Amino acid sequence: MKRNSAIKKRVPLSQTVSYAVLIFWALTTVYPFFWVIINSFRVRGEIRSDSFSIPWPWTGSFTFDNYVTANDRSDFAAGYTNSILISVVVTLVVVLLAGLFAYGMVRYRFRGQRFLHGMIIAAMMFPVFSTIIPVFRMEVMMGIASTQNRWLSLLSTILPQIAGNLAFAIVVLMGFIRSVPIDLEEAAYLDGCNVFQIYFKIIIPVAKPSFATVAIFSFLWSYNDLFTQTFFLRYPKEKTITLLINEISSQAGVNYGLMAASVVLVVVPVLVVYVLLQKNIIKGLTVGAVKG
Amino acid sequence: MNSMIYKKKSPLLFFLLPAFLFLVVYLYYPFIQNIINSFQAISGLGTRATGLNQPWYANYVELWNDPSMRTAVKNTLLLVLCTLVFQVGTALVLALIVDRIKVGAKFFRTLYFFPIVISATALGLLFNLIFLYNGGMLNQLLQNLGWASANIDWKGEKHYFFTMLLPILWQYVGFYFVILVTGLNNISTDVYEAAELDGATGWKRVRYITLPLLRNVICTCLVLAVTGALKVFDLPWVMMGAGIPLDQSWLTGTYMYNQTFTRGNVDYGSAIAVVIVVLGVLLAQIANRVFKEKEY
Repeated sequence: MKRNSAIKKRVPLSQTVSYAVLIFWALTTVYPFFWVIINSFRVRGEIRSDSFSIPWPWTGSFTFDNYVTANDRSDFAAGYTNSILISVVVTLVVVLLAGLFAYGMVRYRFRGQRFLHGMIIAAMMFPVFSTIIPVFRMEVMMGIASTQNRWLSLLSTILPQIAGNLAFAIVVLMGFIRSVPIDLEEAAYLDGCNVFQIYFKIIIPVAKPSFATVAIFSFLWSYNDLFTQTFFLRYPKEKTITLLINEISSQAGVNYGLMAASVVLVVVPVLVVYVLLQKNIIKGLTVGAVKG
Repeated sequence: MNSMIYKKKSPLLFFLLPAFLFLVVYLYYPFIQNIINSFQAISGLGTRATGLNQPWYANYVELWNDPSMRTAVKNTLLLVLCTLVFQVGTALVLALIVDRIKVGAKFFRTLYFFPIVISATALGLLFNLIFLYNGGMLNQLLQNLGWASANIDWKGEKHYFFTMLLPILWQYVGFYFVILVTGLNNISTDVYEAAELDGATGWKRVRYITLPLLRNVICTCLVLAVTGALKVFDLPWVMMGAGIPLDQSWLTGTYMYNQTFTRGNVDYGSAIAVVIVVLGVLLAQIANRVFKEKEY
C-alpha cells in the first residue's frame, strides 16, 4: 500500500494540468446544452448580439414566448405520446425476444449454432439504409405503412425498429447470461422446475440489471432514431417529438429562439432519464460494444 | 455447459424462433431484396419493380460516373480516417489523463458520455445554432475575443467539412473514453510497481507499459470507430441537408437518402445502399486485419 501511494505521488504531469484538460473537455460537452437552454428563454433578436449572458427572469431579456410559439405550431402532447408509445413497445418486445434468444444460444448446444451466431453478428453490421426500402414496400403490401391510420403507422415504425435493435440486444444479453452461474439452474431443475420456469424465475431475476441496461438503450435509440421515423410517419397526427422538432426548426427561418426551445424540448426527457439511470446506460452500452 | 437440463432440445424452438423470424422478415429478407432491387426499374417507394434495368447493371455504371457519389465515398472515407485519429485519439488522451487523477473520475465519465444519449437530430439543430453565420455562438465568441473581425461562413466552401466533422467526432469521444478507462482499470497495479522498480516512470511508463497492455482495447475501439463512422446519418442530414455547399458535403448515407426520397430514384438508392454495405464489409475486414487483437 505504501509503495503504491509513493508511485502516485511522483506523477510527472501535475494534477492541475490534468484537471485543466479534463475540465476543458467537460465544458465542451456541457456548455452547448447550457447555452441552448439559456437562449431558449431569451427574447427575440437578442440571441444574435448577446447570447452568453443569462437572461434572468427579472430582466427584460427573459421570455417564455419561444415555448408558447412552439406549442402553438405543433401538437406536442401527441408528439410525446407517439414517441413514448413507439419506444415503450419497441423496448418491451426487444427485451423479451432478445432475452429468450440469448438464453437459448448460451445454454444449449446444437447444430448450426456457430452459423446462427455469425448471422447475429452480421445483423448488427447491416446499416438501416440497406433494408429500409424493401421493408417499406413489404409493409405497404401488408397494409401497414402509408395507411393514414395513426396506430398502423406507429406499428409500421415499431416493427423495423425492433429488428434493428434485436441483434445488439442479443449480443449484450448473451454476455451477461453467460456469467450467470449454472449451479442455480441445476438446483432449480432438481426442485422440479422446467426450462421455462428456470428462465422466468431464475435467469430474469438474476440478470435483471443487464435486462434493464438493454431496455434503456433500446428505448433511447428508438426515441432518438430519425431515419426510420421519417420514412414511416408522414401525417401530422402520427409524428413523434423528434420529427415535430425537426420540422419546426426547418420552418423557423431566423427565429433562433424557437429553434433553441425545440432543442430543449427534445433533450429534456432524455436528460432526465440519463441523470436517473446513467450508471446502467454507460455500463450497458460499453459492455455490449466490447463483447461484440 | 452440458448440463442435464439442456439435453432435451425441444424448448429451443420456443427460445430461438420468435427473434429469428423477426430478423428474417425485417433484416435478412429485405437485405437480399435490396440487392435485387438495385438491378430493377422501380418508379416509386411502395411500388413493385417494372422489370430489369437495361442493361441490368445500369445503376452501377451510373454510380461509377456520378460525381456526387464520388464525393460521398471520398468524404465517408475521410470521415473514417478522422474518426480513427481524432475521436479515438482524443478519447485515449483523456483516458490516460483521467487515470492519473485522484478524485472525480466518475464525474468526468458521466459528463463525457452525456452527448451519446442525445438524439443526433437535436444535436444537429444545436450545432446549426452554434455555427450560424449571422450571430451564431462561434462567430460571437470569436468576435468577442477579438480573434475574428467578420462573420465566418462555417458552411461555405472553406469550412464545410470541419463544420460537418466536428459534431460527429465530438459526440462519440465519450463512448471510446469509457471503454478505454475500463481497460485501464483492468491493468493491475503490480505491473506498475514492477515498472517503477525498473525505473520506468512518466512518459516511459505510458509508452512501454500502459499502451502495449491497452492494445486490445484500443483495437476494439478502432474497429468500432470504423463501422460507426459508416453509419453516420442524422447529424450531417440535419446540418448539411442537400449536400451544401454545391453537392460537396455528401456522405454515402445522406446521398442514398436524398436519391431515394427527395428525387425518387428508388432503385438507384438501393444500388447506393449496396455500395454502402460493400464498403462497410471491406473496411471492417481491413480494420480487423490491421488492428488484430493479440493474445498475451
